[in-house]
Amino acid sequence: MNPFRELLFDYTLRTVALGAGTLGLVAGALGTYAVLRRQSLLGDAISHAALPGIVLAFILTGAKSTFVLVLGAAIAGWLGTLVVMTVVRHSRVPEDSALGIVLSVFFGAGLVLLTYVQKLPNASQAGLDRFLFGQAATMLERDVAVIAGLGAIALIAVFAFWKEFKLLSFDPEFGASLGIPMRAVDILLTTFLVIAIVIGLQTVGVVLMSAMVIAPAAAARQWTNSLEIMVILAALFGAIAGVTGAMISSSAAHVPTGPTIVLSATALVLISMAIAPERGLVWAAVQRRRQRQQIRADAVLGDLYLLAGQHEGEHAHHVTVLEAMRLGRTDVRRALGVLEERGLARRDSLGGWTITGAGRAEAEQGVSSDEAPEDLA
Amino acid sequence: MTDQTAIEVNDLTVAYREQPVLWDIDLTVPAGVLMAIVGPNGAGKTTLIKAMLGLLKPAAGQVLIHGKPYDEQRRLIAYVPQRGSVDWDFPTSVLDVVQMGRYGALGWLRRVGRRERDLSMEALEKVGMADFAHRQISQLSGGQQQRVFLARALVQDARVYLMDEPFQGVDAKTERAIVTVLQALREAGDTVVVVHHALQTVPEYFDWVTLLNVRKIAAGPVDDVFTQENLRVTYGGRVPFHGSASPLRDEPHTGGGAWAGIGGD
Repeated sequence: MNPFRELLFDYTLRTVALGAGTLGLVAGALGTYAVLRRQSLLGDAISHAALPGIVLAFILTGAKSTFVLVLGAAIAGWLGTLVVMTVVRHSRVPEDSALGIVLSVFFGAGLVLLTYVQKLPNASQAGLDRFLFGQAATMLERDVAVIAGLGAIALIAVFAFWKEFKLLSFDPEFGASLGIPMRAVDILLTTFLVIAIVIGLQTVGVVLMSAMVIAPAAAARQWTNSLEIMVILAALFGAIAGVTGAMISSSAAHVPTGPTIVLSATALVLISMAIAPERGLVWAAVQRRRQRQQIRADAVLGDLYLLAGQHEGEHAHHVTVLEAMRLGRTDVRRALGVLEERGLARRDSLGGWTITGAGRAEAEQGVSSDEAPEDLA
Repeated sequence: MTDQTAIEVNDLTVAYREQPVLWDIDLTVPAGVLMAIVGPNGAGKTTLIKAMLGLLKPAAGQVLIHGKPYDEQRRLIAYVPQRGSVDWDFPTSVLDVVQMGRYGALGWLRRVGRRERDLSMEALEKVGMADFAHRQISQLSGGQQQRVFLARALVQDARVYLMDEPFQGVDAKTERAIVTVLQALREAGDTVVVVHHALQTVPEYFDWVTLLNVRKIAAGPVDDVFTQENLRVTYGGRVPFHGSASPLRDEPHTGGGAWAGIGGD
């Protein structure tokens, strides 16, 4: 069946796609700040740290309602972050080590609790392990409502605290000098990052959720130099990855949703890294090639200039002469083509080459003006 | 204006992990002066500026800005951090960075508007960067970055400007542009404090100087305290010179050019 038809008419798939799209949107937007602040590992620590919170919330309440479990996840994730901040502030342990420690200790505790719960005679614990790798198929309309409600709060916060979050990401010390309580802003932003992460855990899973924080933002950074556009693009990429991943996972049996969503996000990153203008690899390769060509053309132009200086009036030279001057190491014909295109060299009817007036001026200037390092006018 | 005190530092001690970085500093900076803070690497120059801004908690002592603690005087203080303290690949434009100088006055939830834009363009004009307003900041040269930071401080419309090495790694053109702006601020009666490295330009650019090496060695008008003797104490007897012909003098130094740069990294 046509997957788009299914998306429109299949109730379950529609719910799943909506939920996955929303969580991708929110994680992408908030992830922008994590990526810009070089806190990619923080997302990983938060999502892993959330696991014991989920299981404890279940043990304490006996309920499997999404909201209760998400709340447990949020508290544990937030606590984990707090531990990281405290360790960094009050010890000599560097931040990445603190993140690693918190990640593994909390996650380990979560796994122990999960194993314990699964041995309980009571059957209602079944399905808690979906939080490991994520499962979208079980998503209900009320789960989507929780994701959308909490996600909306996080997005509104990004809008409301736009100035403060930007300052925090770019120059927190300057922000503090303005009298803005940057530590409070940091805690605020981290809290919303925690929210963005925990609403995705049921669908994507604690193991891979950090990819949803990093990948869309990393892809978005390739395309723009504006924070506004980067946040919007990251949200869009996150949503696309969520919907695509959920659809792939639903169309095949026993394919966990987390990995498919994350692979979709990764595909977006790879595409962006390859073809984005200015920052993309293809772009860079084209630039490098053009630069090399330019350097070669300049060298041949220099040779033409030198030859012109040795002759009275106009005097054409054959390609072989120029090739000899380059010791045969340069594709002189192509370089001459480039020069001709730019009006710096001319070919006469016999195939001999001469430097033009413009070429003379260019050669005398040494460096062409559009390549000169830019500074104030 | 000069009979007023802009900055008063009393018994200031700052320590990192029990190691004192600043020890018992007493300093009075009159309003309307252009003051350099000089001293060797690790002398605590940046720390002194940050302590004045309340960015770090001193182990002892206090700082008063125009007679009151800095918490009450935030609007009067502008700050130019070291250029290298931020990621210049951050996705933002020159104009956007300058507008950040208005965020404190704007307050929570208010968005940048026409007024902030106009003020920022005006400041960019003053530092000769108006044409670059919409440039991405990663495309700027070091000197241009420095001027953007200066413009960001100018839009704060402060009375006291604290600058951490604004001349570090800039071209001659930028250096002149910055000096012009700093002197204009002084003419307007504002107080400017600059962490400075190039000793030879101190008498030319500044009228007041503080010599610092964990302790305050001397502070006062350049003509009175910028002496060989004080510099020798500050730099532990290793003041580098341009050539060996420079005579060692103990009387106040007035001319420029005899002093070589210190720590030109």
